[in-house]
Formats: sequence, C-alpha cells, structure tokens
Amino acid sequence: MARITASVYTSHVPAIGAALDLHKTAEPYWQPVFKGYEFSKQWLKDQKPDVIFLVFNDHATAFSLEMIPTFAIGTAAEFTPADEGWGPRPVPKVIGHPKLAAHIAQSVIQDDFDLTIVNKMDVDHGLTVPLSLMCGEVQAWPCPVIPFAVNVVQYPVPSGRRCFNLGKAIRKAVESYDEPLNVQIWGTGGMSHQLQGPRAGLINKEFDTMFLDRLIADPEGLAGVPHIDYVREAGSEGIELVMWLIARGAMSDVGGGNKPTVRHRFYHVPASNTAVGHLILENN
Amino acid sequence: MSLDKPYKDVPGTTIFDADMSRQGYHLNQFCMSLMKADNRARFKADERAYLDEWPMTEEQKQAVLDRDLNRCIALGGNIYFLAKIGATDGKSFQQMAGSMTGMSEDAYRDMMVSGGRSVEGNRYIGEKK
Repeated sequence: MARITASVYTSHVPAIGAALDLHKTAEPYWQPVFKGYEFSKQWLKDQKPDVIFLVFNDHATAFSLEMIPTFAIGTAAEFTPADEGWGPRPVPKVIGHPKLAAHIAQSVIQDDFDLTIVNKMDVDHGLTVPLSLMCGEVQAWPCPVIPFAVNVVQYPVPSGRRCFNLGKAIRKAVESYDEPLNVQIWGTGGMSHQLQGPRAGLINKEFDTMFLDRLIADPEGLAGVPHIDYVREAGSEGIELVMWLIARGAMSDVGGGNKPTVRHRFYHVPASNTAVGHLILENN
Repeated sequence: MSLDKPYKDVPGTTIFDADMSRQGYHLNQFCMSLMKADNRARFKADERAYLDEWPMTEEQKQAVLDRDLNRCIALGGNIYFLAKIGATDGKSFQQMAGSMTGMSEDAYRDMMVSGGRSVEGNRYIGEKK
C-alpha cells in the first residue's frame, strides 16, 4: 500500500521565486532565506518520494471570482506554471499523478469532504515556490505532484479544524491505495504577514513560534484556534497557515501512531512582506 | 439574524468576505483581465476607455485611475486581484503593500528588514499604542 512518509511545511512567498529566477540567491538580503533550505534539498534527494501531495492556495490565478472552490484537487496529467502578470516562472511543468489523485478524490469525498475535481489548472507561485525551495533549479521536478488548492482568499475560508480533519481523510485515502508509493504531503503558505491596508507589513514572531511549537507537539489543540486569532495576531494573509494543518492531520501520530521526528526547523524574517517558516516532520 | 463577523475591529484591515466580494466583483474581474498581455496593452494605452468597458462604479474606476489601493479595497477589491494592476505598472508586491501604509517605499522596506510591523497596539481599533 501507499504510505505518507513525511510532511513538509513552508512559506511560498512570490518574491522568493523571483529571487531564484533572477539569480539573486547569494545577495545578503536573500542568502539567509536560501540557507534555511540547504538541508531540505539534500533531504528531499535522499528521501526520493514517489509523489508529493502539495497543499497550496491559488492567488487569483487559476480561480478568479467566477468560481471559488474551497478544496480543489488537481487530477490532470500535467499542470503549467502560470503567468501571474510578470510572465510565467521559468520552471519545469508540473507532472501530476491522475491515478492516485482520482483515488484520493473518491475516498475523501466518500468521507464527507466535498472536493472540487480540477482537470485543467495553471499553478501559480503558491505551488512552484515550495518546489523551487525544496529542489533548487532543476530541469524536471523529482516526482509527480498532486496539486491541492485551498481557498484562503475569500472569507470564510475553511477552519483549522476542518483542515486538520481533511488531513486525516487524506491519509486514510493514501493508505488504501494498492501500489507501494512513498508519498509526502506538503502544507504551504504563511507565516505571519499582511499585504493589505494600513496594517500591511505585520509580522508576529511570537505567534509564529507558538504555531510551529504546537504544530509539532499539539496539532489537535492548534486546530481549534479560530480564524480571528490568525487575522488579529498573524495578519489577514497569515490565515494561509490553516493549510499547514491539512498536512499535519495526515501524519500517523494523529491516528494513534508514533510521534513524528522533527528533521528540520527554520524561521526567518523577512522575505519581502512575509515571515518565512519551514518544518520537516518524518513519520516513524 | 446577523452573520458573525468578528474581524470588524481589527485596525487597518478589511477582510474580503462574501459581501465585499459581491461589491467588488467587476472591479476584481477587471483586474483579472490584466493577466493577458493584450489587455494590459489596451489598458495602458487608454485607461479610462478600458475601465469603461466594465460595469464598475465610478468610484471604483476613479480609485483604479488614482492607484489608491486602500480605496479599491474599501470598494470590494482584493489584494491578490489588485496586484495585477501593480504587475501592469511594473510594481513589486512590496511596493504595493507599502503604498497602503502611508510610509515611503524605503521606510516600509526598512521596517520589514527590522522585523516588520509589531502586533503590539495593532490588534484592536482604538487600542492604545
């Protein structure tokens, strides 16, 4: 059967993608950010996942206001990096895993999570920046990726609790897949940031540190944190952090297994307007 | 019965909820149209004429012409959509975010490098700093 072996958490700031694409990674401003991912790049090479289930949000790219799916699973064979207005990022096409994606959709919908199934979707920086951070500049991504888009743009977005429970359903779905695949689940977005209004630029290191601590040790309790706490403490765009709870909910300890091993933890302020957080948890 | 909107008392923050989205629908869809290079060129050639193709309110059109992002947001705009105007103008996300704070571009950048805007005194409207 397929197995979720690890979860990866990372911010997906668009400026990080621009810094990579314009070869600015060695500049003093960016150097500390990319240093935080050096371990992770080697780790990913060593782990050799067969599939990455990548939880992200679309930023008014594939989804305008015509349709706003709360949870959308990408079941296509491939996904093209989007032109977000600055031209598409010069990164490889994202190859999907339609068979596993369809299996997960079937299982998770039967578990009462009403996913939207998407067979055509360009993917924006929310998906490609995490891949770039974890893989560096490559000719092809190391394995197929199942994009899973969460609406965190228009309120109300799904609650932390709902996201956490969805993670549990995703783990169940993966473990009922017959092929012996090594699957990783990534939760992206955050950490504290606000991009709008006179309060733009908000960063809350204490909140972010608490979030990372509880994500590791008390995810069940963390899932109960209401939206308003994210907005007030971590900024209006800090709400993206609920997506990390999907990945965390898919870890074995949530279903009674052993505690995961914290393989890597990193935090840095700033990348453009945003606090960068990163965590790798391995299942035991 | 009224809906639960506990986020109305956060200073300097407009939450883009279903009601704001309803008010800003055409404004945001106009922004979305700027994802296409042809539309960007037409908009740049004659902003007013391009805006007049959209059933936006006059206030919304004026806010776009003024590049007043706070006003755009008050009228239902969402930052991820409004960012398409910034991209058309060749502005970075940091320049756009900074433009809403009343700070100069350099002062905003320096604030971010120094750890960002503190949450202290910024949690509730009317809170003492």
